[in-house]
Amino acid sequence: MSFVPLPVAKQALLAGFAAPAAAPTIILAQPLRMTTITGTLLNAATTLAGKAMKLTPDLQPDPLLHADKFVSQPYPRVDGRLKVTGSARYSAEFPVDGLTYAALVHSPIAKGKITALDTAAAEAVPGVLAVMTYLNAPRLQTPSYAYVVSMANPLAGSTTTLPIMQSAAITWNGQPVAVVVAETLALAQYAASLVHVRYEVETPRLTLAHHQDQAFKPDHVVLLPADVTKGDAEAALPLAPVRVDNLYTTPYLNHNAMEPHATTAKWDAAGRLTVYDSTQYPVGVQEALMEVFDLKTSEVRVITEFVGGAFGGKVAMWQNTPLAAAAARLVGRPVQLSLARASVNYLVGGRTTTEQRVALGATADGQLTAVIHSGYSMCTPDVYAEQFSVMARHQYAAPNIHSFQRVVELDRVQNSFMRAPGETPGSFALESAMDELAYALKMDPLALRRRNEPVRDPTEDTPFSSRHLLECYDQGARFFGWDPARPAPGTTQRGEWLVGTGVAGCYYPVQPLPATVRARLTPAGDVTVFTSSVEMGVGAATIQTQHIAERFGVAFERAHYVQGDTDLPQWRAMGGSAATASVGAAIRAAADKLTDELFKLAQADKDSPLHKAERGAVALRTGGLYLTSDPTTGVAYADLLAGQDKPFFEVEGSSPPPTEGAKYSMSSYGVHFCEVGVHADTREVRVRRFVTVMDCGRIVNPKTARSQIQGGIVMGLGMALMEESAYDERTGRLMNPDLGEYHVPVQADLPALDVHFLNLPDPHMTLGVKPVGEIGIVGSAAALANAVYHATGIRVRDLPITADKLL
Amino acid sequence: MYLLVTHPLAAADTLAPALPLTLRVNGQAYSLPLAPWTTLLDALREHLHLTGTKKGCDHGQCGACTVLIDGVRINSCLSLAVLHEGHAIQTVEGLGSEQQLHPLQQAFIDHDAFQCGYCTPGQLCSVQGLLHEGHARTAADVRELMSGNLCRCGAYKGILAAVLEVAGKELGISS
Repeated sequence: MSFVPLPVAKQALLAGFAAPAAAPTIILAQPLRMTTITGTLLNAATTLAGKAMKLTPDLQPDPLLHADKFVSQPYPRVDGRLKVTGSARYSAEFPVDGLTYAALVHSPIAKGKITALDTAAAEAVPGVLAVMTYLNAPRLQTPSYAYVVSMANPLAGSTTTLPIMQSAAITWNGQPVAVVVAETLALAQYAASLVHVRYEVETPRLTLAHHQDQAFKPDHVVLLPADVTKGDAEAALPLAPVRVDNLYTTPYLNHNAMEPHATTAKWDAAGRLTVYDSTQYPVGVQEALMEVFDLKTSEVRVITEFVGGAFGGKVAMWQNTPLAAAAARLVGRPVQLSLARASVNYLVGGRTTTEQRVALGATADGQLTAVIHSGYSMCTPDVYAEQFSVMARHQYAAPNIHSFQRVVELDRVQNSFMRAPGETPGSFALESAMDELAYALKMDPLALRRRNEPVRDPTEDTPFSSRHLLECYDQGARFFGWDPARPAPGTTQRGEWLVGTGVAGCYYPVQPLPATVRARLTPAGDVTVFTSSVEMGVGAATIQTQHIAERFGVAFERAHYVQGDTDLPQWRAMGGSAATASVGAAIRAAADKLTDELFKLAQADKDSPLHKAERGAVALRTGGLYLTSDPTTGVAYADLLAGQDKPFFEVEGSSPPPTEGAKYSMSSYGVHFCEVGVHADTREVRVRRFVTVMDCGRIVNPKTARSQIQGGIVMGLGMALMEESAYDERTGRLMNPDLGEYHVPVQADLPALDVHFLNLPDPHMTLGVKPVGEIGIVGSAAALANAVYHATGIRVRDLPITADKLL
Repeated sequence: MYLLVTHPLAAADTLAPALPLTLRVNGQAYSLPLAPWTTLLDALREHLHLTGTKKGCDHGQCGACTVLIDGVRINSCLSLAVLHEGHAIQTVEGLGSEQQLHPLQQAFIDHDAFQCGYCTPGQLCSVQGLLHEGHARTAADVRELMSGNLCRCGAYKGILAAVLEVAGKELGISS
């Protein structure tokens, strides 16, 4: 192997985790800033950190690996009642005195500059308070770090490093050029239509196809190396007896969460800023606003009680949030900027279009000899290179693997994270190619996958922390009724419908993010955990409440989880399917600390039954501290805290550095089976059923986890059949910024969904959990496309699979 | 009973005079002056502060703003508030309370028929409208007739299960 990637070490350094103890020379007081460090130094530091991490002993397995009193039980959502009664408050729903409303004017050109602004007509509308443009906007610092580039850098809460309404320059079609603030939303929207802007237009770069000759190698693909080579795949490919070599393309996609991005911003007399913001990352927004407005931590508070869907579109701050705060400063009153649906899609970037090559070579009996996954995606000056080629580094055993990517810089809105970035478009290409190879081999596609199941990670050469993909294949085949000797493609017709089946695997890596929580214990035995995480629908609050009850040994009703406010202990973005494990690890650390503290109290008390106990012999159980060997001997929380002169006991806990990731290949895995009907005449595709089996470690809550996977499949169905953000190739204008033209799946599109979990704990993870939130979409479009091929004999390599492509 | 809502913003609406209006929402009468172009959705959310009704697109494309007018479901973003004087307007707030859930609300919780919760009020009102219409005879009908309410979290399976549990008997649908 010519390059040994150490992604976890690098990520740990960048993420600001405490460095492992064995590497004191590279402990960094500040998180690394990608823009100020050379690649050489970064790689050196990463290598050192990686070696240190490999030397770090394994963490003790979580004693709750198999706990099942609260964990693994299908609790209904703790916020369910709020949501079904309309009482859950989203960011545009906080009552604020003197509130004003804002609407945006967007640039209709992709590149150039503003030459004239005529705001008089808008300003003359009674009730309009201000028309903010680059000419009169408060002076704002330009964010110096982009989250999309530096990822886990806590100082990089902005999505881009573009100036925020500070100059005449236009860098994408849809860029906000004016913010109209008025007494009512209708007036703001009307007045926005009266703003006239003249532009000097330059020729923009708008498509991958036209500018591929300017493609370049990115510094990294989401902190992973852009190129990974094992053996010599290019040399091995032509020697392979059976091979496939094709291009796959996926279109630009938009998140279109149901709740448009919303911000309510208010300044107090002392110059402190409070924003209610629809974000996955309150702390990141806080940090970014601090930088933009030159404020201290204590001067910015971000509150996010509920998020109405996000899917990556609310990971970091987009321009709407600072624009709302700037407008509020300009008019001297609170401002609500709840984006119009079109504004969301103009200024919030979605998933890049991709053009991918997958070439597979195999022996006649189906053993892979060469895997090449390469291709192009778009970027902007803040290079976010979506890591679509990464699944090929981990999914199948092969002696020769080459995974590499290039990006093309375009004058478009910053492309960004969307559910399972990388794995989603990448799995469409890789898993379609595996299907094509199976046909070329005249082999069952499931048997081909079984044949190439690796024993160790194919490119990192590390053992798997837990990998039960073969079991997923077996169970899935059984539940689905998979026929290893299916009829030939295009030969099965029932009535007017051509019927076909398809299979595809999926993968999503463990990506620990740092989390800190504060746990409060009251003498009554209530345990409350505080952290600045958010609830965007994934079930975090419910899952962690179950965890708290289990970890601290209290009843479910006495376990509480409080989140959504930057005044609470810091926690990183809700992303990377990392929240359950990361917050969970912090809760575990807090419980360990509490055990230490309570143990000291017990030891100091001569009358305590635990006076002479060893620390290792006690644990938090059933409302107190008890001997693990004898759960009846111990002290209740109330008695332990009785002599204390404070109303409650508090400890903080932080998740440990992710050293396990340097030693093990850690991921969730799974498989989708899909059956479709394609109308013989109209070529309408109807998805009949999905059977999915997931190895996502221990499942804390099967009810909410199942919803996550089902939701991912539904989104994958949309990607496969209907979703496409259509950009005008001449102007760069998004032509379908609305839900009438950007089609997402509806109730009538719903296939039968049958989702299963192996529920086997990963011994190296807190509670034994692995990622759940994103893996459902991974591979689902490929399973569907493979089923369409089986039904029709037509291979569509260009999503979405619309009827015209099946004629 | 009257609840007088004086909106400080109304005076500024001098493009056309604000109209005095009485809206009856969830059995409660609200009197307020409103600019004639104010949508029913904005009247509910921004003027009456009944924020249970959601705005997802403002174009009648997503169904998040679904409310009932005399039992009939409509997209409140596509209708002007001034058209609804004298109508019985029902929003999610009128369906049940946190203390006393409507069976449909309970079924949504039981079947995990939502994730982020943003489309949920519209889904709930839409189901009520569906029952009122009485056209659904099969599960496939329910799916077709509930397809105006988007759920980007993809909780459709739970939504369908909840509807069939509550409405199955009423509509004679076997799930």
